[in-house]
Amino acid sequence: MILEQILITPWVDMISMPALFFQTIWEGFVSGVLYSLIALGFVLIFKASGIFNFAQGILVVFSALTLIGLHSNGLPAYIAVVVTLLIMALIALGIEKFVLRKLVNQPDIILFMATIGLTYFLIGVGEFIFGGENKVMITKELGLPNDSWVFDVYDDIIIIQQLDFTTVIVALSLVILLTCFHNFTRMGRAVRAVADDHQAALSVGIHLSSIWFVVWFIAGIIALATGIVWGARAGVSFALEVIAYKALPVLMLGGLTSVPGAIIGGILIGILEKIFEIYWGQPLLGGNTETWFAFMLALLILIFKPQGLFGERIIERI
Amino acid sequence: MIYREAGQFKISYGADNAFLPVLQDKFLLLIILTLFWIVFPVFASDFAFQAILLPFLIYSLAAIGLNILTGYAGQLSLGTGGFMGVGAYACYKIITLFPEINIVIAILISGIFSSVVGVLFGLPSLKIKGFYLAISTLAAQFFLVWFFEKVAWLYNYNTSGAIEVPTLYISGITVTGPSAESLVKYYVVLSVISLLTILVINIVRGKMGRQWQAIRDNDIAAEIIGIRLMFSKITAFAVSSYVVGIAGALLVFFWKGAAEANLFEIRLSFEILFMVIIGGLGSILGAYLGALFIVVLPVLINVVPHFLGLSIASATVEHVNLIIIGSLIIAILVIEPHGLSRLWLITREKLRLWPFPY
Repeated sequence: MILEQILITPWVDMISMPALFFQTIWEGFVSGVLYSLIALGFVLIFKASGIFNFAQGILVVFSALTLIGLHSNGLPAYIAVVVTLLIMALIALGIEKFVLRKLVNQPDIILFMATIGLTYFLIGVGEFIFGGENKVMITKELGLPNDSWVFDVYDDIIIIQQLDFTTVIVALSLVILLTCFHNFTRMGRAVRAVADDHQAALSVGIHLSSIWFVVWFIAGIIALATGIVWGARAGVSFALEVIAYKALPVLMLGGLTSVPGAIIGGILIGILEKIFEIYWGQPLLGGNTETWFAFMLALLILIFKPQGLFGERIIERI
Repeated sequence: MIYREAGQFKISYGADNAFLPVLQDKFLLLIILTLFWIVFPVFASDFAFQAILLPFLIYSLAAIGLNILTGYAGQLSLGTGGFMGVGAYACYKIITLFPEINIVIAILISGIFSSVVGVLFGLPSLKIKGFYLAISTLAAQFFLVWFFEKVAWLYNYNTSGAIEVPTLYISGITVTGPSAESLVKYYVVLSVISLLTILVINIVRGKMGRQWQAIRDNDIAAEIIGIRLMFSKITAFAVSSYVVGIAGALLVFFWKGAAEANLFEIRLSFEILFMVIIGGLGSILGAYLGALFIVVLPVLINVVPHFLGLSIASATVEHVNLIIIGSLIIAILVIEPHGLSRLWLITREKLRLWPFPY
């Protein structure tokens, strides 16, 4: 009986109600895209400086709050975006100057801790300036669509929010831009060189601290984009910080050093956790399984592939 | 001059192996023990017990537990909060199922449960290494908190969903529950923690601890010289989660008095990890110093403006608190990445030579 509920009923439900199934997949896909966006910020910084940047989640919240705060003080939406980007650049500069440069060559865990310290600091500053309450993202002013498309499938309906569609477009264009930057610009090549080997890069005359600044700034841009699209779905508050935790299994699953890994990992986790929640979690386990499913999935896969799906092989020597 | 060990001779192998070979260290330890066993209990107010002494002791124990795993065996763990929760819930179930059992014994037993859970989530460490291992303990963290919420049996089907500590007695004296005196609670906690600290110090000084350190420094090399990786890693997880679980049980039974699942969420894990890192990885003293830092600092920040006659809204204080803690963490990491315990060692070395330059 219980076996039937675990093994058979969910599959039957999926086939008998295709509209619900597709809806679930679409919603999982969209949240997966958002996970990937955050994970992308992580991967960029990890590749370029070997830092496991825990502060990415709070950068998302902080940039979104700054944008809303600037707009509510009378700046037009698009100018507010530009000013927010300038502020993100300042933050990147500050991080490079006061944290990273002083901690060069320290063990990974120390740098990781420093980014958690940074997280606390930014939460404190953010709540101090903007207050702790939930804020509404200025979607209309930024020209983001608000409607939804409704499709008929076998007498059922699938609703696709145009906002979600925009999210996917934004994410896609960010990834393409990033790939172009990495592959076709001088700066991008320098970033790749630093990622490969710090010391070799230094010795051919690449300015390390400016590369770190650029990388953190790009992470800031990604954070702002994530903040806008995620904030439009769920509002902006420091509760958003929890999505930073979601990015961790995404990263591990995809491999810490792989950009495509972050994207595929994010989408995979987004879809699978939604499906698990709808077909297994809610009927059998009392729901809310999304809080841990991603971690368990990543753990299971890591047991068989210890460096994630696309991570670089770690070669161990004595 | 002050720390000069000239003239202190060791005439037996046992003396050479002593825990504190230098006389001055023994004096210092004696002073600290007197402070905690006699001076503080006599002079501390109820507020001092609740806001500083009890949390300091309990968090130190948790930090010692995590230090075994992260500092000595080199396995990063982000699931401390979850393991503390296992200890707390196990202790609550033991107490409610067998009401006549002695609370201290119940707490010592509850550690075994968190130990088992710790080993379970430690098993992947044989395969997964470095930052990737964090996923295993993170999975434990999120899964356990969800589990505490969903399984009503764990909190005896309370409508509030929280575990509430019953009033318990040891030979006629109330030790837990709202009517227990802070002083009694303090002594129970202090005894448990003293006992466990002695135990842990000797474990990490002994064979097992040396194996853990060998694995931390280079696990392939350790394997080649004949250390059983699997056994050592698993014991590290077991001992660490045992200590952490006891800290969790103490946290609920002797300090908070009641707990919901969200008490044990990831924020707690990070707080403990901070204590370990700020105090110094691989140092028992460091665990205490780190806990002191993280527990006392917020209290100080709350109290200082009050003394200066400034009135600041409590929300503002909280934000300023976060800013200060965040920047202090970064500052300490920048000044001394090996933590407060290394700072103490440097001071000690300076005192040894003082007032001469060399």
